[in-house]
Amino acid sequence: MIAENFSYAAPSSIQEAITMLHEYGEDAKILAGGHSLIPMMKLRFASPTHLIDINNIPGLSYIREEDGFLKIGAMTREVDVEDSELIKSKYHLFGDATKLIADPQVRNFGTLGGNLAHGDAANDHPAVMMSLGASVIITGNEGSREVSLDDFFHGFYTTAVEHGEILTEIKIPVAKGRFGSAYHKAERKVGDYATAGVAATLQFDESGVCNRVGLGLTNVSPTPMRVSRAEELLMGSRVSEQDIAAAAKMAAEDCSPSEDLRGNVDYKRHLVKVITKRMLTKALGRAK
Amino acid sequence: MIKCKTSKEIGGMGHSKKRKEDARFIQGKGNYVDDVKLPGMLYMDIVRSPYAYAKIKNIDATKALEIPGVIAVVTGKDLEKYNLHWMPTLMSDTQMVLPTDTVMYQAQEVAAVIATDRYIARDGKEAVMVDYEPMDPVMDPFEALNPDAPVLRSDKEGKTDNHIWNWKVGDKEKTEEIFSNADVVVKQQMHIPRIHVASIETCGCVASYDKVENHLTMYMTTQAPHAIRTVIALVAGHVGLTEEKIRVISPDIGGGFGGKVPVYPGYVIAIAVSFLTGAPIKWIEDRSENLQADSFARDYHITAEMAGTSDGKIQATRFKVLADHGYTDASANPSKFPTGLFSIGTGSYDYGAAYMEADAVYTNKPPGGVAYRCSFRVTEAVHAIERMTDMFARKVGKDPAQLRMENFIKKEDFPWASPTGWSYDSGDYHAGLQKAMDAIGYDDLRKEQLELRKEGKFLGIGISTFTEVVGAGPAQDFDILGIKMFDSAEIRVHPTGKAIARFGTKSQGQGHETTYAQIIAEELGIPMEHIQIEEGDTDTAPYGLGTYASRSTPTAGAAAAMAARKLRDKAKKIAAFLMEVSEEDLDWEPGKFFVKGAPEKSKTIQELIFAAYTNHPPGMEGGFEAVHYYDPPNLTFPSGAYICVAEVDAETCDIKVRRFVAIDDCGNIINPMIVQGQVHGGLTQGIAPAMYEELIYDKAGNILNGTFMDYLVPTAVESPSWETGHTITPAPHHPIGAKGVGESPTVGAPPAIVNAIVDAVSHLGIKHLEIPVTPFKLYKELKAVGYFNETA
Amino acid sequence: MAIDIKLKVNGTEHSATVEPRTLLVHLIRENLSMTGTHIGCDTSSCGACTVLIDGKSAKSCTILAVQANGKEITTVEGMATAEGLHPLQEGFHLNHALHCGFCTPGMMLRAVELLEKNPNPTEEEIRWGIAGNLCRCTGYNNIVKAIQWASAKMQDKELPSTEPEFV
Repeated sequence: MIAENFSYAAPSSIQEAITMLHEYGEDAKILAGGHSLIPMMKLRFASPTHLIDINNIPGLSYIREEDGFLKIGAMTREVDVEDSELIKSKYHLFGDATKLIADPQVRNFGTLGGNLAHGDAANDHPAVMMSLGASVIITGNEGSREVSLDDFFHGFYTTAVEHGEILTEIKIPVAKGRFGSAYHKAERKVGDYATAGVAATLQFDESGVCNRVGLGLTNVSPTPMRVSRAEELLMGSRVSEQDIAAAAKMAAEDCSPSEDLRGNVDYKRHLVKVITKRMLTKALGRAK
Repeated sequence: MIKCKTSKEIGGMGHSKKRKEDARFIQGKGNYVDDVKLPGMLYMDIVRSPYAYAKIKNIDATKALEIPGVIAVVTGKDLEKYNLHWMPTLMSDTQMVLPTDTVMYQAQEVAAVIATDRYIARDGKEAVMVDYEPMDPVMDPFEALNPDAPVLRSDKEGKTDNHIWNWKVGDKEKTEEIFSNADVVVKQQMHIPRIHVASIETCGCVASYDKVENHLTMYMTTQAPHAIRTVIALVAGHVGLTEEKIRVISPDIGGGFGGKVPVYPGYVIAIAVSFLTGAPIKWIEDRSENLQADSFARDYHITAEMAGTSDGKIQATRFKVLADHGYTDASANPSKFPTGLFSIGTGSYDYGAAYMEADAVYTNKPPGGVAYRCSFRVTEAVHAIERMTDMFARKVGKDPAQLRMENFIKKEDFPWASPTGWSYDSGDYHAGLQKAMDAIGYDDLRKEQLELRKEGKFLGIGISTFTEVVGAGPAQDFDILGIKMFDSAEIRVHPTGKAIARFGTKSQGQGHETTYAQIIAEELGIPMEHIQIEEGDTDTAPYGLGTYASRSTPTAGAAAAMAARKLRDKAKKIAAFLMEVSEEDLDWEPGKFFVKGAPEKSKTIQELIFAAYTNHPPGMEGGFEAVHYYDPPNLTFPSGAYICVAEVDAETCDIKVRRFVAIDDCGNIINPMIVQGQVHGGLTQGIAPAMYEELIYDKAGNILNGTFMDYLVPTAVESPSWETGHTITPAPHHPIGAKGVGESPTVGAPPAIVNAIVDAVSHLGIKHLEIPVTPFKLYKELKAVGYFNETA
Repeated sequence: MAIDIKLKVNGTEHSATVEPRTLLVHLIRENLSMTGTHIGCDTSSCGACTVLIDGKSAKSCTILAVQANGKEITTVEGMATAEGLHPLQEGFHLNHALHCGFCTPGMMLRAVELLEKNPNPTEEEIRWGIAGNLCRCTGYNNIVKAIQWASAKMQDKELPSTEPEFV
């Protein structure tokens, strides 16, 4: 399996990369971790004429809390998230998710920015980030703009990143007080794309009332989705067993999976219900 | 403990000697076919059909030939000029090398691009323009038999349907009589789906034809180099490639499992192009080609029935098979056995009547019918009998272990004549199952299962007590294209007592370089470290039929022992001469002959070998060499008792194998470490079809999972930690009492796993589950019996 | 269109001129003639092509040769030193963790990084740690054992038995 030929450039700054994108036009593609793009090119499902490798651009890999946000550089590798003490101590759903993403070698290279910018509802970080209420920083010739993940995914492999722009940072409101999160996906074997996946985030005030909630779903809708109806139900509640059951039911009703080798619509909705229940319960437990 | 006759230094049978072949593999010095590089070598890539069934209207290679570095584009019309566009299959059917007018399955070879480098060949492949006229494919084997189905093999004169052959065995009338009078009959339709061996190394070759010498050297991934040489000579003899002009070299092979037995079109095209250009041609498949076009395994639709008494005595079985062969019957079976050894399907049980019948059909799927780590269709048969035994036990209300114990063939009844004509050599099925039950704690598990059910948790225990049939085979019954399935060994011992031995088999990971040396060490007393084993070069090795169907130890292993015994007889004569005693006065212990009653008077085997070159008796031939071609008097019948414990998540239907105990009986054991390793590997290739693997096609003939992203080969996470053990019932007719083991676990594991999963949910009304049993499939079945409606 | 690159492979500097689409695995196997690194799939699913890039295990069939420019690569040919075999090589041999040998180089190199990050992995951690490497022959039991053996050896701990538990 061999890709069609292309030209290759490895700019050393974002500005240089953006200039190249403009110069080469629509057939240019950004090469981040490459573990989605290169297999597609080898199978000749994708044949960009120019590859712009942003791996040599410094300053795009970091995980830090700053100004009330958890900020993650777009070129941060899955493995860095897995190993980060900050993440391990507070944001447990990342640990749940990364373990289930592809395999260790792929996680050594795959980036969080790439996982989002690929625009694939089968990827895991969209649901994770949506449940965390994340937004992304997109940088172009005109400077940077911030886009909520709720407005980021436009369709199959298309996102808010316009041609000539690069996703540079992910911004997540920091965890405060009693905060718990969890992620799980049903998969046919380890490293598979999700049959159905659920990311749950809960935060409570001192009186035990939920003041932050996020419920994101993987691979059960044409574009990554959050379950707003369930979030509204849980927000301001004490997240009882009944609330969780009701939220799980809403998640199952509101998703719109399609039938494929992984399962039919009925089975996927069923999984969404079961996993939502389990992840909300787990997040609740972690928020204690 | 396994008793050893030889010292650790000699390292004969029973010693867990570390493998001799490892040194090169752990240091990256293995020599696989893609590592072969020859001067002036060109690369071949293959244009493949996007359609399952289509007319080829035109092939336009103009654009491809314009690419610098593309040397040629070869089509069926080019091969037709040399009458090389069709080739025979091992089952005497016909298969296209390259089509001249019609493609019969998706991913079929359409044209070959030859270029100076593999990247350019790939570009060339993209640039070949083929104009197809698609037709509606026949994908369902049952529909293929409809009178109005299109006749796929219209190339065959007089062919009016898609039926290939009908085969039957057993006593139909007697079986029917038992069924009509039986207390209890259970019946189940089951599909053993199409799967793929998916060895991690794909197939490939380097064909190197020397125009000056009129000589072909063929490096290729083949499990049967000699048979391939003969096939090439039969196919290409008419253009001057006669058998002495062909050398097949099978280098290190990255896993075979049956998938490297057939001759694929790519090999033949590479030979043809090398023959025409005089340049060496390398062809290496990629994974998609491997999964989509190389031989499949299984794909049997079975209607299975079992009859018996209400107190649990099995009386008869009846199996009806529909075999989907794709567009040609390219099975790798012995010639007289269109369903391979499927007729072993009466299993380990003692009953008097069975009838089996099979029909094979053509469809628009890739050809094949290889084994997937199994002896010629035994897995299909074992799945049917072990599933039916469980269903029968459930129907008569008996514990499946108890019912098996009551129906086993007894140890003292061997050799046992099976109702389908086999003579089982030996076995002790009761001992094996008892050992497995003790190891896993069977009675406690049954109690735990009941406790867990009260809590709404599902635990299942599944048993498979199977009989394998391997070691083809006796020459009167077994041949491939007329060549009898004996096998060979040639031992050449050097004056200093070190040896090289050559074989007609070919290891693909089984460890022959170690185990064959141990057999010779056992018989001859030379340390196994000093015996070098060579296979895979038809110029140097004696003729043999190759390695598949667990046949190497039963045939070539026996040949090694027999050849070594010839040498030991010679050594005895030399010893008698040197010590001036008669042969009757000599006794042997591994490594030396000594005089009876005077053990201090002795000669070591090394001294005797040296004498064979320096001081041999008058009238005796000098040197120390022997060859043996071993024709086994019977097949061998390894067996096993496997117990699987499976947990099913009552909400998600996730399935987890909690424990799996495998007790194997493969007769005498040459190397326990290697036998255990074979069992481990075979078990993972057992859980694979039971829970993960299946080649899936849609109605339009598209393969839906033609890459490793969707064809789900188990990783270390899916594969449980296997618990293994053995019993030993030697093969009475085999020189070293060994039976073969490489495939038993792949044969025996799937029904144990399925029986466990069914057992876990049987109280909800589930009687049967089709493999692969996935959580999705289980969910649908549970929903169908109303389970999720109640819990919703 | 060809690009000049420099990289260090097993401690030796190499330079090469490659097309951008040249895969790292092909650079290693074809240009540098080190054939211990294998190709088993096209989709970064099987791990037979695993090498170390600056110490990180990587699937060299999914990485462009140009991306390795300036990097240090370790392949199976670089595992042994003048002192002898790497403990993982020894462990794989002694524990019968290979049959056909095709997945072995990638499996061992993946285990190098696994043990570097986690010197005392549990069986579960090993199994998840090699989840990107397919083996079709061994059933993984002995691979787990081999990695545990190497873990002990690398820390000068008492070595587990290498005898098969096959009774």
